[in-house]
Amino acid sequence: MNEKEILLDVRGLVTAFHTEQGAWPAVDGVDFVVRRGEILGLVGESGSGKSVTGFSLIGLIDAPGEVVAGQVLFDGVDLRTLDEEQLRQLRGERIAMIFQDPLMTLNPVLRVREQMTEAIFTHHPEISRQDATRRCVEALTMVGIPSPEKRLDSYPHEFSGGMRQRVAIAIAMLNRPELIIADEPTTALDVTIQGQILYQMQELCRAHDTAMIWITHDLGVVAELADRVAVMYAGRIVETGPVEQILSAPRHPYTQGLLQSMPATSEPGARLSQIDGMAPSLSGREAGCTFRPRCPHARPECAAAPPPNTVEADRSYRCYFPLQEAA
Amino acid sequence: MSDQPVIELKNLHKRFEQRPDLAQRLLAMVGKPIGLDTVHAVNGVDLTISRGQVVGLVGESGCGKSTLGRMVAGLIRPTEGTVSYQGRNAADLGGADRLAYILGVQMIFQDPQASLNPRQRLHQILGESLRVHKLAPKSEIGARVDQALAEVGLGSEYRERFPYQISGGQRQRIGIARALMVQPSFLVCDEPVAALDVSIQAQVINLFMDLRDRHGFTYLFISHDLGVVRHISDRVAIMYLGRIVEESSAEEIFARANHPYTQALLAEMPDVNKRGRKFTPIKGEIPSPLAPPSGCTFHPRCPHAMPRCREVVPPLIEIAPGHKSACHLNTP
Repeated sequence: MNEKEILLDVRGLVTAFHTEQGAWPAVDGVDFVVRRGEILGLVGESGSGKSVTGFSLIGLIDAPGEVVAGQVLFDGVDLRTLDEEQLRQLRGERIAMIFQDPLMTLNPVLRVREQMTEAIFTHHPEISRQDATRRCVEALTMVGIPSPEKRLDSYPHEFSGGMRQRVAIAIAMLNRPELIIADEPTTALDVTIQGQILYQMQELCRAHDTAMIWITHDLGVVAELADRVAVMYAGRIVETGPVEQILSAPRHPYTQGLLQSMPATSEPGARLSQIDGMAPSLSGREAGCTFRPRCPHARPECAAAPPPNTVEADRSYRCYFPLQEAA
Repeated sequence: MSDQPVIELKNLHKRFEQRPDLAQRLLAMVGKPIGLDTVHAVNGVDLTISRGQVVGLVGESGCGKSTLGRMVAGLIRPTEGTVSYQGRNAADLGGADRLAYILGVQMIFQDPQASLNPRQRLHQILGESLRVHKLAPKSEIGARVDQALAEVGLGSEYRERFPYQISGGQRQRIGIARALMVQPSFLVCDEPVAALDVSIQAQVINLFMDLRDRHGFTYLFISHDLGVVRHISDRVAIMYLGRIVEESSAEEIFARANHPYTQALLAEMPDVNKRGRKFTPIKGEIPSPLAPPSGCTFHPRCPHAMPRCREVVPPLIEIAPGHKSACHLNTP
C-alpha cells in the first residue's frame, strides 16, 4: 500500500489568527502526506487545530485567520498558488468537504434535487438535466437513502440527522472526488447511525479509490476506520504513522495519555489514568514542547526548542524522549 | 453496599402532549375529533436503585433517558406510575420530607455552559442553594463554597470568576460542586462527560469515582457512551423508545448481552482495541417516538424479528439471576 502515489503533500503549513495582541498560529508547522485511496485519521482535542488544518488545505480560512506559510501540494500543484476561481473549480470536483453539521452544508430553502444538481452543473454544464438527475439518484442510493427518486424532492428539514449527513456525503461524492476532507461528520450522530455511516464511507473509499482525511476527536473511530493516523496537539502533529503501530506502541507521551484516558483501555472500575491540566490556549503556549506542562516525562531540555520531527521507518514523532516499546 | 433501595420506579410513564391551538380548541368545542400528537417519552419503566450503586442508563437520542432522569430528580412529574424515594412515594411527600428528597437527589447536566448563570460569579452560583433553603448561616457559606471547590479539585481562587472565564472541564466541575453544596446522597448525571475532550473526560470520571468512595453516593449515570458506562457502573439498563429492554450487572451485560439491540450497540461501540474493522451496521433509523412501531419497538431494525414481535410487546423478564431482558427470543 506504500507503493501508492502521493495525492496530497502538506509541508510546513502555518495558519495564524490575527488579533490585537498579534498573530497566533493555530496551525504551527504541519506536515503530512495522504496517498491515493488512503484514509488518514487526523485526531486531536478541541483547539488542537485539526479543523483549521482541514479548512486551510482548500482555502476556506476567513479573516482574521490566514494561511501564512507552507505548501499544500495536491497532485503536484501547490493549492496556495491558485487563485480563488481555480480553487473553486477544484472544490466539489476533485476535493470535497463534509462538515460536522449537515444543516450548515445544506440550504434549508432548496430541495435536495436543486442542491445536488447545482454541484454537478457548476463543474459540468454540458451534462443534461436527465443525466444529472440519474447521477443524483445513484449518489443517494450509494449512501443508503431509501426511495431516492422521491427523496430528491424533499427539503433538508424533512430528513433525520443521520439522513441529512448522508445527503451531505452524497453531494460530496457526486463528482467522484479524489480527496474528501471530513470534519467530525459523525460526532453529532447516535452510535448505531455512526456505525452505518462509517461503514458506507469505508466502502465508498475502497470502491472509488478515494482518499480521505477524517478529522475527529475519537481514537476509537480512527482505530476502526483509518489506515494512518496523525495526532495533533496545540497546532502541531506530534505523532503520525500507521494506525496499528501508533495505537499499539505510541512514542509520544500525549498519544499514550490519550489512549490511556479512554475507558475502553482500562479495567472497569479502575482509576483512569488521566492527563493532568488542560490544553493551552492559543496565546498561552509554551516555548519548546507545547505538551511539556502536562507531560509526565518532561525534563528541563524540553523547554528549549520545539522537538524536531524524528522519522522512524514508517512513522514519525516530535519528542525528545520518546517512549520505547515495552520489552 | 446494602440492598436498601434509594429510588424505586414503578410502571413509570411520561407523555408529552401537544397543546391544542385555537382552531383545534374550537373544533373540540363543537364536538369534532381532533388529532393531537402525543410523545410517549417513557413508557412503563420499573427500576430499582440500591444505596451505593452506580446504575448506568444507556440509550440513543429520543429514547427517553433524560426524561426518566428528570423524573427521578423530581424536576418533572410522571404522567402515570410512581417514583419512590427511600420507600415513600415522592408525590405524597410534603414539608421537610419533600425538601429532604429534592435536596437529597441532585442533578448534573450535560451542558455546564447552559446550566450556569453567566452573570453570576462562581461563589454566588455555588452558594445560592444554601441561601435559598437557609441551610447555613451567611458567615459559613464562604467556607462551604471553598470546601465544595476543593472537593472537585479547584482552588479557592476560582470563587470570584465568571463561568466564561473557566474551561469546559472546570465548568463541569462547578456543576458537580453545585450539586454537592446541599450534601445530597443521590446524583442523577445526564451525559455529564459527553461534551468534554477525552483527556478531560478521564479527569471528570475519576472525580465521580473519588466522590463515590468518599461519600458513598448513589448514581444514576445517563449516557450514550457504553465505554464510559462500562467503566463506572455496577448495573446497566438499556433503553429503547421509552422502555427498558435489558437490565443487568455491568459485567454480565458486556459479557452476555441478551437483547439484539444491546448486542448491536456493543458491536457499534467505537473501540481502540479493534483495528480496521469491517463494519456490519444494524439497519434502519431510530423510529420517531411520535409513531413508535407496534409490538416490540425494535422489530423493524432487528435481525431476528418474528411475526409475534410485530404484535406483542415483549415483557421484561428475568432470564438469569439479576439479568432481565425484553425479547421474544427468550420465550419460544
